[in-house]
Amino acid sequence: MTLTPTVQVPLRLKGIHKHFGGVVAVERFDLEVAAGEIVALVGDNGAGKSTLVKMISGLYEPSEGEIWLNGEKVSFRDASDARRKGVEVVYQDLALVDEQPVYMNMFLGRELVKGPLRLLDRRRMARETQTLVDSLDVRIPSARATLRDLSGGQRQGIAICRATHWANGLVLMDEPTAALGVAETAKVEELIARLRERGAAVLLVSHNLDQVFRLADRIAVLRRGTQVGVRSVRETSRNEIVSMITGLS
Amino acid sequence: MTTTTVRSARPSRLGRVEWKDYVVYAGFVVVFLFFAVTQPSSFLSVANLTNILVQAAPIMVLAVGLVFVLSAGEIDLSIGSVVALSALSAAVVLQSTGSWPLAVLTALGVGLGVGLLNGIFVAVVRLPSFLVTLATMGLVAGLARELTDLQSVPVTDGTFISLFGAKWLGLPATVWWAALVLVVGGVALRQTRYGAHVLAVGNNASAARVSGIKVARVRIAVLVGSAMAASVAGLLYSARLQGARYTLGEADLMTAIAAVIVGGTSLFGGKGTVVGAAVGSLLMAMLNNGLILAGLSVSQQMVARAVIILIAVSISLRGKRGS
Ligand SMILES: Nc1ncnc2c1ncn2[C@@H]1O[C@H](COP(=O)(O)OP(=O)(O)OP(=O)(O)O)[C@@H](O)[C@H]1O
Ligand SMILES: [Mg+2]
Repeated sequence: MTLTPTVQVPLRLKGIHKHFGGVVAVERFDLEVAAGEIVALVGDNGAGKSTLVKMISGLYEPSEGEIWLNGEKVSFRDASDARRKGVEVVYQDLALVDEQPVYMNMFLGRELVKGPLRLLDRRRMARETQTLVDSLDVRIPSARATLRDLSGGQRQGIAICRATHWANGLVLMDEPTAALGVAETAKVEELIARLRERGAAVLLVSHNLDQVFRLADRIAVLRRGTQVGVRSVRETSRNEIVSMITGLS
Repeated sequence: MTTTTVRSARPSRLGRVEWKDYVVYAGFVVVFLFFAVTQPSSFLSVANLTNILVQAAPIMVLAVGLVFVLSAGEIDLSIGSVVALSALSAAVVLQSTGSWPLAVLTALGVGLGVGLLNGIFVAVVRLPSFLVTLATMGLVAGLARELTDLQSVPVTDGTFISLFGAKWLGLPATVWWAALVLVVGGVALRQTRYGAHVLAVGNNASAARVSGIKVARVRIAVLVGSAMAASVAGLLYSARLQGARYTLGEADLMTAIAAVIVGGTSLFGGKGTVVGAAVGSLLMAMLNNGLILAGLSVSQQMVARAVIILIAVSISLRGKRGS
């Protein structure tokens, strides 16, 4: 009836531009990530990938351009504002608290309370955490286990569960497997693929092209802050992506 | 995004008892038995045991404040001076106005002020709490000396004295106040969102920040809390001793830190226990008491106490670092 789009895209970036003083980190970046789609963001060191993720998660403010979430134009005051609007990020360096149980990490900053004294509802948090990790098939001894007793892969699994649980359809991942070994990486990749099956939109930053080709539906390439192109995985090759990243052919 | 922590699978510790977390209880029992056997008549009397509780009370109050500060990964060295300045200001206000509520509010106001000062320098200016509170320790100690020109001030107000110094159900009020602070502190640390956030900030501040926890606010809050706990300790002292002096609380900083560390709170943040700190405080008070009963001179006590604290802290810290 009107010109407004009927399908609400979880993430749409329009003409995003970011400079730090004289340094241009990201220039004219446009991208859409649809529900049930994994879009990989690749590029050399310093290409601007993390900067882009930080803008979507409210840590940096874009110098220019628009961020749309689920059909709504947003601007964030800070990271917790972005979080309230359903943006969740998984970092490579595990934004988790080691000395606390799994369930407290799952609810970090959003702990459930009960009663007039607003005491922590540990039982409910543990129960909901257990349900969640079970549904995503993340194998941990117990939701009550202390985080430091888990392996790197299990921990990243928790971080991804947490992001999925709180996300409003969109999960950002900045090199989620960079700190993991081979077997653990495989586990985490399985989990990321499962997010897609559940209809999440995933923006995945990765340096690992094998991983990108295993997981992604589309690949967006950044070179020195400029978007050099977006390719569907089915219609491109490693060679093409590598030459896009490096600028050599 | 370059700090990479590679972690391999580690055996679960679920089945393993971390005995170092229980050192304080063992230490408590050993020291208690030692004095009970070596000085049965003097140490085990009801009067003496009550006395130990009374001695432990202000230490416990200070320790509860410190548990939060250390759990958040900070330190507060100014608490000893705040004890003195709070007690003195309360005594001066009582003397000049005769109003005990005003005296109590003044003491708490001193804690609030010093705590905010510490908190703002630590959380907003981003200086290490070690340096900030070392500076305010000197500042506040100076003010305490200046306030009455090194003179002690007597406290004669009956209500004030009975509020903090009377006996209720057979135990001195100081002990009840300390117990109240312990319960509130223990519940706050273990059972509230605030406590969870304090521990998260001390464990991994950047994780806390990206999880939406207001890190600066938590840091300010723990420092305000410890300074106000010091004010409460000052009130307890001035009522019990029926007077205040700039030397009050002088030795308490070391004792309280030792009590907290021996109790199992991490010096490096992220881990704290109020119950452990309470037992640690009792242990420290018991040591003080036993050394006096053993007939050591004041200077000998200082040496003995320092040695014992070093040993106790080494035992409870060994193996906790580095991991
Ligand atoms: N806070 C900042 N202040 C100034 N310059 C910055 C800032 N953050 C990033 N930059 C610059 O912006 C550019 C893009 O950095 P960014 O971290 O986004 O790269 P990246 O693609 O994530 O690289 P890597 O693969 O190494 O993680 C770099 O030139 C970097 O130096
Ligand atoms: Mg990066």
